[in-house]
Amino acid sequence: MFANLSDRLAGTFKGLRGKGRLSEADVDATVLEIRTALLEADVAVPVVRAFTAVVKERALAAAASGALNPAQQIVKIVHEELVAVLGGEARPLRLAKQPPTVIVLAGLQGAGKTTLAGKLALQLRGQGHAPLLVAADLQRPNAVDQLRVMAERAGVAIFAPEPGNGVGDPVQVTKDARAYALQKQHDVVIVDTAGRLAIDAELMQQLREVKAAAQPDDTLFVVDAMIGQDAVRTAEEFMQAVGFDGIVLTKLDGDARGGAALSVKGVTGKPIMFASVGEKLTDFEVFHPDRMASRILDMGDMLTLIEQAERAFDAEQTERMAKKVAKGEDFTLDDFLEQMQAVKKMGSLGKILGMLPGMGDMKAQLDQVDDRDLDRVAAIIQSMTPGERADPKILNGSRRLRIAKGAGTTVTEVNGLVDRFAQAQKMMKQMGKGGGMPGMPGMGGMPGMGGGSKKSKGKSQGSAKAKKGRSGNPAKRADQESGVAMAPASAGPGSMLGMGAGGRVEDAASLELPDELKRLLG
Amino acid sequence: MDSALVYAAIAVAVILTLAISVVALRRRGGAQAIEPAASAALTAETREVETSAIVLELEVPEPAAGRLHRLRTRLARSNSAIGQGLLALLSRDTIDTATWDEIEETLLLADLGVGPTNEIIERLRTALRVEGGARSADAVKEALREALLALVDPGMNRELVTAAPNRPAVVMIVGVNGTGKTTTTGKLARLLVAEGRSVVLGAADTFRAAAAEQLQTWGDRVGAVVVRGPEGGDPAAVAFDAVSAGVRDGADTVVIDTAGRLHTKTGLMDELDKVKRVIEKQSQVDEVLLVLDATTGQNGLVQARVFAESVNVTGIVLTKLDGTARGGIVIAVQRELGVPVKLVGLGEGPDDLAPFDPVEFVDALVAG
Repeated sequence: MFANLSDRLAGTFKGLRGKGRLSEADVDATVLEIRTALLEADVAVPVVRAFTAVVKERALAAAASGALNPAQQIVKIVHEELVAVLGGEARPLRLAKQPPTVIVLAGLQGAGKTTLAGKLALQLRGQGHAPLLVAADLQRPNAVDQLRVMAERAGVAIFAPEPGNGVGDPVQVTKDARAYALQKQHDVVIVDTAGRLAIDAELMQQLREVKAAAQPDDTLFVVDAMIGQDAVRTAEEFMQAVGFDGIVLTKLDGDARGGAALSVKGVTGKPIMFASVGEKLTDFEVFHPDRMASRILDMGDMLTLIEQAERAFDAEQTERMAKKVAKGEDFTLDDFLEQMQAVKKMGSLGKILGMLPGMGDMKAQLDQVDDRDLDRVAAIIQSMTPGERADPKILNGSRRLRIAKGAGTTVTEVNGLVDRFAQAQKMMKQMGKGGGMPGMPGMGGMPGMGGGSKKSKGKSQGSAKAKKGRSGNPAKRADQESGVAMAPASAGPGSMLGMGAGGRVEDAASLELPDELKRLLG
Repeated sequence: MDSALVYAAIAVAVILTLAISVVALRRRGGAQAIEPAASAALTAETREVETSAIVLELEVPEPAAGRLHRLRTRLARSNSAIGQGLLALLSRDTIDTATWDEIEETLLLADLGVGPTNEIIERLRTALRVEGGARSADAVKEALREALLALVDPGMNRELVTAAPNRPAVVMIVGVNGTGKTTTTGKLARLLVAEGRSVVLGAADTFRAAAAEQLQTWGDRVGAVVVRGPEGGDPAAVAFDAVSAGVRDGADTVVIDTAGRLHTKTGLMDELDKVKRVIEKQSQVDEVLLVLDATTGQNGLVQARVFAESVNVTGIVLTKLDGTARGGIVIAVQRELGVPVKLVGLGEGPDDLAPFDPVEFVDALVAG
């Protein structure tokens, strides 16, 4: 894994500590790091050049102003600029005054047009429209069938007069579709075209004709978030040859940094309207520029984490948990197990932790987290009786021995689990009392959560806990201390930066989270 | 309490406690591995094995030999910017910092990534320094050719294992969504048929709508048997059936097309692992080909790494190289994982899949 921008910058600035202000050469070095970070995120070279020029100018100004922490300032500048470029005017789909509204989907092969057609149709149907899917991809074998299945799943109508597989004329199909939609009273027509390369003159001509026949209100350019340097050229050529009004980014559920978004937006100036984030028809959402900016810079992204959690935890389960927490009921090992399974669904543990802001400098350690350890913990819990799971306090020596045998492990490990669980339980309880989250002060200041008011409280509690966190039991204490030693020095500017990485420098409360987390992790 | 906050709190709380226990377990060092009961229960239900009726007219695919050569013009078109551009830059009278920057940019634009780019520049610098002031055009060309060749690494074994003694060879096609797995499977079947092999195709993509039909269309064209399962069925079962059918019919090669999956979906990666394990109950898997789209950027490396961890990828198929994309990411992948590019896809035509030949490839780049 590549180090994220803030780590890189931290490295650059290490040598500069003690310097009153930054020279131009220092800024140049910084800009070079930003450039590399952007290139590694697949932002296209010309876009990088333009972007770094702007950043450099602002960075010089920041350096000249003698800001206290120039590194933080620069990360903030980069993030702001990214959001500015990515954002712009977000707008909903343009609906024709005189139905039907026609939407044409265009893009490279494998960008996800057919799937997107289904998703878009489902969303429009949910908004009370009567969409019609038009199978104008007559090139790829069985694309028509695929669209038909999509239409079925989305519960919308389809217009597919031609069998496809190279048979039929997409232009004619599009023309007929308009008439068909008028006749059948469909108010939105979504035309799924065949994937094509921008250099294929013949197919581009065909696309132009399809577009002319469709007279679309919106032409959407569908682009894969994983695309590399070619994004710019493809977008430019589609723009020139056919023209489009908006961009849809697909496969954002992967871990591609998605620099393509910046490239395409930067070159064409068209708004990124939607993001496609999964294989289900409902995995479709409006594009969020600020999250994309964090993602391109590979910064911890709490919001994405929360979203993934929302997806992994089913609604009923969360409801139950929320009630439990609110009532101050005990968090049982069964709940713990359930949560753990859900966490497993979210992906690898290392990656999830990596999404927390400020974890950047722990990457090496995170990479070592073995997900099979989750299975081991699960095995311990599964070796307990329901009674024991509900109330771990009844676990005496012989019970623990039995569990250890059942799980194929040692009593020490069972003890460890029970101890840690007790801590978690305490945490959940305090949370239920409305006291914020002791030991996890960062939570209060989480952006976009409406929890800003808890900042100060969280902070004070956090530092209090850090002090009393030492155990009276010598063995345990040694354990804890070794743990602290294992974690990299966390109080330095590195973690300050890591937090700045979230682009929320002003949010002082979140500063506590990484430290605290590291201590616990150790 | 805000319900979203509760979510987040729970998630982080669990993550925290888990991380703690995990690290604690690790530190104590005594963590015995508890192997999950590896009982990949094979579905015993009788599954309808549809055997495609051989269509009246079978197409005769082109032979594999010389395919890359034939496609050379197309390759040159897609890559001309890199080869020609570099050559033009290197042939300048004086190569100053600005020129080197341009060279760097050209390489970066090919998705080579920052690391390999710096390396090739170093190599070129050294080579040109040796040449000194009097650089002939040929010498520059040769230096560039060598630098590129070193990157593509001609020493790797790129042979595709498509035959095995006394049993059909099994080839699995894997990759993320939309890279062209089904198309590659179809084209590979043609390539094999062209070499006089009998081929069984397994449509283990039971997820994507109409994927099996798409493969069926490919199979029908060349008369390959296509084994299908119900949509939404167990892909491992379909793969197992395909291999059984291959063994029964005495086929030479079984090619299994799998569903596209993002490497970040742990569950789906586990599923892929299961498909492979289930196949291995009958027969060794000889090749696992990762299909990478030439337009893929730096994420390709992550994809390759995760797929390699999960199913031990033995080769890469680079598709859609006929566009303007250069597929430079394969260089990083080859180097990082030691997995060679074995096939390249160069167009929409059914016979536009060719064995990868590094020397030919680089020659096409430099010659333009």
